[in-house]
Amino acid sequence: MNTRTASAPQPFRSQPMPRQKVGATEWELAAVEAARGRFDLLSLWATEDAVLMALRQVESGLTDVLSYPLAAGVFPSVAAQHPAAQRLERAIHDLYGHRAEAAPDTRAWLDHGRWGIAAPLGAATPGPALPPYEFLPVEGESLHQVAVGPVHAGIIEPGHFRFTAQGEAVVRLEARLGYTHKGVDALMRGASLARGAELAGRVSGDSALAYAWAYAQAAESALGAEVPARALYLRTIMAELERLANHLGDIGAICNDAAMAMMLAQCGVLREAVLRAADAAFGHRFLRDRIVPGGVTHDLDARGISTIAGLAARLRSRFPACVALYDGTPSLLGRTVSTGTLAPELARHFGAGGPVGRASGRDFDTRRDCAYAPYDDLTFNVPRRADGDVNARIWIRIREVEQSLALIEQCIARLPEGPVFAAPAAAGEPREGLGLVEGFRGDVLVWLALAADGSITRCHLRDPSWFQWPLLEAVIEGNIIADFPLCNKSFNCSYSGHDL
Amino acid sequence: MRKFLLEGLLKRPLTEAAPSDPEIEALAMAAGQAARRRLGRSLSIRQVDAGSCNGCELEIQALGNAYYDYERFGLHFVASPRHADVLLVTGPVTRNMAEALRRTYAATPDPKWVVAVGDCGRDGGCFAGSYAIEGGVSAVVPVDLVIPGCPPSPKALLTGLLALLDVAGGKA
Ligand code: SF4
Repeated sequence: MNTRTASAPQPFRSQPMPRQKVGATEWELAAVEAARGRFDLLSLWATEDAVLMALRQVESGLTDVLSYPLAAGVFPSVAAQHPAAQRLERAIHDLYGHRAEAAPDTRAWLDHGRWGIAAPLGAATPGPALPPYEFLPVEGESLHQVAVGPVHAGIIEPGHFRFTAQGEAVVRLEARLGYTHKGVDALMRGASLARGAELAGRVSGDSALAYAWAYAQAAESALGAEVPARALYLRTIMAELERLANHLGDIGAICNDAAMAMMLAQCGVLREAVLRAADAAFGHRFLRDRIVPGGVTHDLDARGISTIAGLAARLRSRFPACVALYDGTPSLLGRTVSTGTLAPELARHFGAGGPVGRASGRDFDTRRDCAYAPYDDLTFNVPRRADGDVNARIWIRIREVEQSLALIEQCIARLPEGPVFAAPAAAGEPREGLGLVEGFRGDVLVWLALAADGSITRCHLRDPSWFQWPLLEAVIEGNIIADFPLCNKSFNCSYSGHDL
Repeated sequence: MRKFLLEGLLKRPLTEAAPSDPEIEALAMAAGQAARRRLGRSLSIRQVDAGSCNGCELEIQALGNAYYDYERFGLHFVASPRHADVLLVTGPVTRNMAEALRRTYAATPDPKWVVAVGDCGRDGGCFAGSYAIEGGVSAVVPVDLVIPGCPPSPKALLTGLLALLDVAGGKA
């Protein structure tokens, strides 16, 4: 299916990415090869008249977008071959009404029967109320169920978890999501490029920057736009600040769920320092609306540079003490080691990105493997482990904090001079582009189709959580319910990014 | 661990306000007076994410870090609406969350106050008009106070909550 010959990963970010139209046989073959591990399924989504699949060939790193034109609203199920596609396929049905032939699970996913319409992006007919959601049946002796959510006890996002337990041990966990579905896909349709950037930056609050960058990449690739070098370096500084803030927050929060409040307090201080530096240097704690197609909205002056450099120095001196505290507290390690183990095989099968995948042996980081500028000019390691437990996910984050600091220092030392924005020229014809950026949680994918006038025909945003949520259900099996918060936090999947 | 404990003894706390941040200090004083007078020093808050992007939650969480340390203002986050005086609601209220929000509101004993957080909580923000959105928080439950921002900074959140202590005093 991949006819392009290139030794380097395909430069899909620097040129439009026309989809390859395929028939049913090739479509199904692609699904089979994804299940076999030859391709990573990057995403699966729909337009009014087609379903699309983004794939990455594991061996060559080549990326492609396949498109299957629908026949009477039906397409061959990918999930029938490759379980990682199940929820994406259910979401396609909820939003467009397209039906996956021979799909293993046809329950509604995002549609809870409350929108008043069915298939809002498709026929948009008045929707009848849906039957109550049926959780998968669980059979066995003396089982009991515990239902949690959607409103949780902490300050976190809403979702529903249904535990089936035998005594203390979890036999099955089934999550039900979709509570934060805001209809982003529909709001994107017909929107201007600028309005699209505003929405993309608000898909998942903790990854505002990663989304904005992936969206900008997709737009720039569609329009064949050049981005000034200084803007790329500034994007990287911001991206690594976002990663630092989130990883520091996660390391502290995971330990706090193992009753180690001091780690939360210490890491919380460092996290706040990152957010304040971001605010001082770029004018927003979460760097929102700082990346737009064509560049960035804020340049760094000498003061901003010294703020960022000072932050890096401070973290370099303070963070090791947190690491030593974690590593030197046996009672804490007793909770995290061998808890919630994710098998490498599952991580690979689902194409789990980010620390979740890398803690279970999946050697993938878009910064290195899809080498987008300026990461191709920077030196960094991609830490990886094989043990796959809560402890491993903490250590991957610890190592990535160190790598982010190194990246920020390099960017500051080599920050090119020049403009930070160049308005992309209109194409005057319909175009399509793909963006793929390494957020703190994993690879964020954005696929963008633009009309001749530059407005958005379709924007698909895929959060890394799509391929991580199902794995959380797998790792909790056999653990005790009391360890769920710990496992859950060590994954830290997004609800809003997933629900859209 | 001993290193941190020792440092804690020898160094000044990070918690701002004290002398270094007159703004938060003033807030703390005001809170102390208002809360003491009317609510016996405390306000129990139940946070409800009714569909936010999680940005607002992150700043609410930040209120707990050493710089802001909300507990010293008499603010507590509680796990059940039955223990709450205040519902701190974020997000454009999604249609999928509207019932959960209504039920949480019904489970909160009187007198109670609702604070809508963020531009989304105010009026749906940039998601207004979507088929999946009810609108701002006031489209679903009565709102006493709005703290706008995208997301509001921890300082803005503190200011808002402390202002509520005054409002709450009047109602209690
Ligand atoms: S106001 Fe901003 S930060 Fe808060 S939920 Fe809305 S988009 Fe997210």
